[in-house]
Amino acid sequence: MLQAIADGFMSGAIIALGAIGLTLTMGILRFANFAHAELVTAGAYIALAVLWLTGAFMGPIGPFSFGIPMLLAMVVAMAGTSVLALTIDHLVFRRLRDRSGHMTLVFGSFGVSLVVRMIILLIFGGAATYYSNELQIAMRVVPGLRIMPDQLFVLGLTVVIVVALHFFLQRTRLGLSMRALAENPELTRVNGVDTNRVIRWTWIIGASLATIAGVFYGLTIQLRPEIGFHLILPLFAAAILGGTGNVIGAVIGGLIVGMAESLSVLFIPAGYKLAVPFLILLLVLYLKPTGLFSGSAGGAK
Amino acid sequence: MSGFSIYLIFFLIIALNYGIMGLGLNLQWGYTGLFNAGVVGFYAIGAYGAAILVGPDRDYLIGGFDLPWPVAILGGMALAALAALIVGLATLRLREEYLAIATFGIALSLQLVALNFESLTGGANGLVGLPRPLFHLFEDSTTYNLFFLGLVIVILGIVWFGLELAVRSPWGRLLRAVREDESAARSLGKNITLIRLQVFVLGCSLIGLSGGLYVAFIGFVSPTDFLPLLTFQVWAMLIVGGSGNNAGAVLGAVVVWALWTMSGLAISRVAPVELQSQAGAIQVMLIGLLIVAMLIFRPRGLIGEKTGGS
Repeated sequence: MLQAIADGFMSGAIIALGAIGLTLTMGILRFANFAHAELVTAGAYIALAVLWLTGAFMGPIGPFSFGIPMLLAMVVAMAGTSVLALTIDHLVFRRLRDRSGHMTLVFGSFGVSLVVRMIILLIFGGAATYYSNELQIAMRVVPGLRIMPDQLFVLGLTVVIVVALHFFLQRTRLGLSMRALAENPELTRVNGVDTNRVIRWTWIIGASLATIAGVFYGLTIQLRPEIGFHLILPLFAAAILGGTGNVIGAVIGGLIVGMAESLSVLFIPAGYKLAVPFLILLLVLYLKPTGLFSGSAGGAK
Repeated sequence: MSGFSIYLIFFLIIALNYGIMGLGLNLQWGYTGLFNAGVVGFYAIGAYGAAILVGPDRDYLIGGFDLPWPVAILGGMALAALAALIVGLATLRLREEYLAIATFGIALSLQLVALNFESLTGGANGLVGLPRPLFHLFEDSTTYNLFFLGLVIVILGIVWFGLELAVRSPWGRLLRAVREDESAARSLGKNITLIRLQVFVLGCSLIGLSGGLYVAFIGFVSPTDFLPLLTFQVWAMLIVGGSGNNAGAVLGAVVVWALWTMSGLAISRVAPVELQSQAGAIQVMLIGLLIVAMLIFRPRGLIGEKTGGS
């Protein structure tokens, strides 16, 4: 039980990081991006490629399985994934945004997700890999609960990122423009906000957070080309549960979804674990489609 | 009969059965603008539903009702309609993308049920040894396949004719009104949510019909026939053929299925054994590229919707 709660926190943190980017896309760019979860996979694998190419040993520090090189690889991967997201926007979404109904964007993102997933599969192969083959010793915190140092690092960094992002959105000019665009696009444009710049930064923030989520996934579980595919539903469930466009909502939504997935194993066969986000989603849509904390671009019409 | 024509019959049965699925999807997306991201889920319900209803009684399985095929296929369609109703009621009054997300979710969840609920679905092995409809009346499988092709064509014809009548009726004109300008349709006092729900449930039961026919033809169900890739393939068929046009939906099914099987054949012949899986990934990637490229460069498809007055 205690272990399931700890594991739920872990996967909840990863889902939360992915869901923040997704909820921003849904709020600001106003479409459900099925390809967002593939950015998580892309980020994780770009970090792996950086480690390979530089031949850098992960350089463990202290109790962690990784060190400075891994963190640098993650930063490079954040930039790489941002470039990927901006390229996709430039090649596909911008063209579809300009001329057609917004469901065409959703349709387009559906196609994009398949292309990105297959490119990753082609380059890196389908087998599961790890950043490091070194075994990490779990610390026994209390009887019945084991935690790896990496997991504590992941949780800590997630908290720092969420707090930083919250202040960015509340206090900076760019953050204000992003919230304004989510709230009322026409009025924002009339007020002379450079919407293209806001859209660019939305992608960069979303892709960077997706990369961090991907690296965390790789560090604490493993790397597989299907990471993103299996995250699509948890990310949407978390974003909608928290109210689309609502960053703090997405974080809490992510923790709830991760926790529910983890605890579900105590009640239902593990084979059905992946269906838990769908049940949460269905429940939210029936009972409170605006989410627990109504977002800026509320779901209900 | 030559090997080629035997293969052609087999190919057409599969492709035209996808055509039936394409007609269901076209009703949803082409005419009404509803994005169903879980096509394979409704196809699987139709297939498993029919298999469970028609299957012989086996003591290690729940189900096995030994019912006749027409009843079983209708039962499968009803189950697909029921699943559509559950998803539709939750999402169709909300923003349009919620339907896409929820359909994606139900397809994934149904895949888990197919794999894990062994006493109902046979798990990874599936349900085998189902009686094929009227099989005993034919001397060999080639004449049987010819009969089955005729059956699929007749059913496809009936569905097509019915849909053509429906979309030309006042109800059908309303679908496009819902797609093009929801608030205008609403201001005319039309119940938009109800119309969407009708379209979604009807479309999904047609997708379920196609699933039931597929099982009737091959005589077994197994989870490997219901991978998420199928949803992408059927979408590629519709967008290539031309959404908003029933002829386009069927044409797209034949064209894309031909391209898919031929490229698969070419890969298995040409690509060296150690590169086969990579070649397979390229084949799948092309489906995604095809969808994106068609959306950007030729959203009307080969023969799209007739514009201006209909």
